Amino acid sequence: MLEYLETIFPSEALAILAFSFIPLTIILIYALFAIWLERKVSAHMQGRLGPMRVGGWHGWAQTIADLLKMIQKEDIVPANADRFLFKMAPFIAFAASYGAFVAIPLSSEFLGSHFDVGIFYIIAITSILSLSIIMAGWASNNKWSLLGAMRTAAQTVSYEVPVIATILSVITVTGTLNLMEVTELQSGNAFLGFLPNWMIFHSPFMVIAFVLFFIAMLAEAHRVPFDLPESESELVGGYQTEYSGMRWGIFMLTEYADMLLLSLVAATLFFGGWNSPFGSFMDGPVWGAFWMLLKGMIFVFIMMWLRWTLPRLRVDQLMNLCWKYLIPLSFVNLVLIALWEMIF
Amino acid sequence: MKTTEEIYNILVEQFGEEGLELRPDEVVAPVIVVAPENIQKVAKYLRDGEDLLFDYMMCLSGVHYQKEEQLAVTYHLNSTSLKHKVILKVIMPQDDARVPTVEQVWKTADWHEREAFDMFGIQFEGHPDHRRILCPDDWEGHPLRKDYKVQEFYRGMKVEY
Amino acid sequence: MTTVKQKAPEVSLSPPVEAGNGLKTQEMVVNMGPQHPSTHGVLRVELTLDGEIVVAAKPHIGYLHRCFEKHSEEMNDYTKVIPYVDRMDYVAAMNNEHGFAVAMERMMDIQVNDRVEYIRIIMAELQRIASHLLALGTFGLDIGAFTPFLHCFIHREKILDIFEKASGARLLYNYIWVGGLMNDVPPDFKKDTHEFVKYFRPQIKELNDLLSYNKIFVDRTANVGVLPGKVAINYGVSGPSLRGSGVKWDLRRDDPYSIYDRFDFDVIVGDGSMGTLGDCWDRYMVRVWEMEESLKIIEQALDQMPDEGDVHESLPKKIRPPAGEIYDRTETPRGELGYYIISDKKSSPYRIKARAPSFVNLSVVPAISIGAMVADMVAIIGSVDIVLGEVDR
Repeated sequence: MLEYLETIFPSEALAILAFSFIPLTIILIYALFAIWLERKVSAHMQGRLGPMRVGGWHGWAQTIADLLKMIQKEDIVPANADRFLFKMAPFIAFAASYGAFVAIPLSSEFLGSHFDVGIFYIIAITSILSLSIIMAGWASNNKWSLLGAMRTAAQTVSYEVPVIATILSVITVTGTLNLMEVTELQSGNAFLGFLPNWMIFHSPFMVIAFVLFFIAMLAEAHRVPFDLPESESELVGGYQTEYSGMRWGIFMLTEYADMLLLSLVAATLFFGGWNSPFGSFMDGPVWGAFWMLLKGMIFVFIMMWLRWTLPRLRVDQLMNLCWKYLIPLSFVNLVLIALWEMIF
Repeated sequence: MKTTEEIYNILVEQFGEEGLELRPDEVVAPVIVVAPENIQKVAKYLRDGEDLLFDYMMCLSGVHYQKEEQLAVTYHLNSTSLKHKVILKVIMPQDDARVPTVEQVWKTADWHEREAFDMFGIQFEGHPDHRRILCPDDWEGHPLRKDYKVQEFYRGMKVEY
Repeated sequence: MTTVKQKAPEVSLSPPVEAGNGLKTQEMVVNMGPQHPSTHGVLRVELTLDGEIVVAAKPHIGYLHRCFEKHSEEMNDYTKVIPYVDRMDYVAAMNNEHGFAVAMERMMDIQVNDRVEYIRIIMAELQRIASHLLALGTFGLDIGAFTPFLHCFIHREKILDIFEKASGARLLYNYIWVGGLMNDVPPDFKKDTHEFVKYFRPQIKELNDLLSYNKIFVDRTANVGVLPGKVAINYGVSGPSLRGSGVKWDLRRDDPYSIYDRFDFDVIVGDGSMGTLGDCWDRYMVRVWEMEESLKIIEQALDQMPDEGDVHESLPKKIRPPAGEIYDRTETPRGELGYYIISDKKSSPYRIKARAPSFVNLSVVPAISIGAMVADMVAIIGSVDIVLGEVDR
């Protein structure tokens, strides 16, 4: 992809710039679609219809209308807030989320940077998200935001451990941190002749690893049942309380980008990435991008489904779940997968 | 189940006739009038006494009798085990309305007495948190009195709509 | 309008505590409300927090005080008090009116005919179901479950449709008058109510499957805000909050009014099966099962209801009660609603005091929330089920 762009643009720097806009475009269009999808999914689950009028067919332009409204809003900074931190926080949050997309292979031809520490880099850079949330909570000069920010910091930092442990379980099998190589290892049909060669079919413990990864991923993405950071009915909005207009819009964008990021990571590690489930049928660079995004959207849909079904956990129950259940289970699972790998 | 007359007789036996008065002909139910200084010990005896067991206070209200220039506090009590009710009244002159609190006997009285103070200006001696409950803390006057005139300005805002 | 500079109120906190390494910790005072998504109205709770644990909770009320007691003294007519009484507990308006009508009829010694009584009972019990649906839905919403709230409102709409056909209004009816009703029910009232009862029974099971026994919900509400029975009685708590603590006290059984003694129903009491007796889950479950009991009463009333009778038969030409006072109480979805009415033979009351159940139930919140976390405060206030219109009147 980069080589093709280099033939169009006069200088290499411009080509790289254009190349880096592609994930940004994908994130923006996805966010427009995902917010509409969330409203529709929630509406149909609750027995109502959701957006129906804006744009004609089932209100598909609703998010665009909301975006236009948000851009026009007054930029309010609270009186005694720390102005610099207050303004920087949303952008740092989005930068952290967006920066992780460089290591995700969207198809066999598209990878931002072929470095060998792919997944490790993703985990590292998404930790900056918790830093920006603390910045937002502190700079708002509001006790409720501070409470929300502190809870979030505790939650995000704790749940990184099960995420890393479950990712390690996959890495013990693949032997490489580079996500492109992980995806290439999952091509072709090897199991029972017809099942694709995806990590999740590798051993029954992989299924457990995936379930643990999904739960920890929900907590990292601040989705229900772990959405204390922005629990609407308790803290009014947590760290986002004092943000309005486009600044809040950027926080929302970050949340959806985070959801997509983690879904794509799950798809890459466990479900074969850009490989087609039918082997060589419907396979190729463009089809690869299609399969990748489809798998990502399926996980995003499951996250939305859970949000409108389950109530929310309290802080101490959340920490309990992480430290007393998920972490021991994921480490035991890691050992079991390593043993399985050795034996078979 | 005891009638008000029987309860009155038990109280007279315990505390003597002074400070207690029975009004048997009130519409709808008879009332026992208690002197302000006796209300606390009468209340405690009503709650703990063997045949009485009035553990549930239904209501505590202030009343302003403008013609007689008196303020009164009415206590409606009920027993969840013996299923009888009694009505007590404490009557005070309207310029010097002080009565001891019964908050230690029934915690229900806590907020009800604050409301009676807020609306009528009755002072409840010994109440742990004696301040207004429904009106703002710096409101002037006691609204439910019959001679209440609403204040003209409150913190710079004109009150009359 | 001039802006008035106000001094920050004096707050007394315990002195900072040494936490080692030269750091100090101190308690924090936070305001929950008056604008807050979960306080069910304009209620301000002043929380003193030690980290996440609540050390003290002080409710401040009066933001919705409309002084209906003073207004009703100025009205020239007792019938004009009925719309005021509606607006106290705006979620369960039929029960407020029923209580007022019962008190006035006892004071004036009016007997209403059977048809009026049965219609009043059916309306009161339907209103009880509607009010409990709102309470359960918003409680789930506070805990974080968004969907049961909307499902409960779909069922509530059906009840409000029945009310709209009968009285013309969805929420504040002015329907139950002293001595009778405003007008008779429409001809398809019995059919509509039968249909609703048949439709609603399986919905209670669906609500239980979705929310009541959900592990996360149980973890959030069991062992939270435990209210012992004796403390509840001393504080004057009534209604499902009292029954959730194991005390079997229901005014429809223990101090019957209207024709409740003709019906066969159970009084639901909490049993502490998911945690401690008297916790939030018990109070929640009492409301769920009470809806089932209300359905039983409605069915029996529909069967026994006479088809003939004039609802305007006993309406007095002019309401002039004899001089005297009365205190009478009824069981609303929130507890014991009492009216203390003093009359001096004029056409407007001398004094009306409404003893609102939410006013008394709210006073128990400071006692049961010590040691809870901030997230539990929301659960506790939601389980006590207050409506600020009643608290402030």
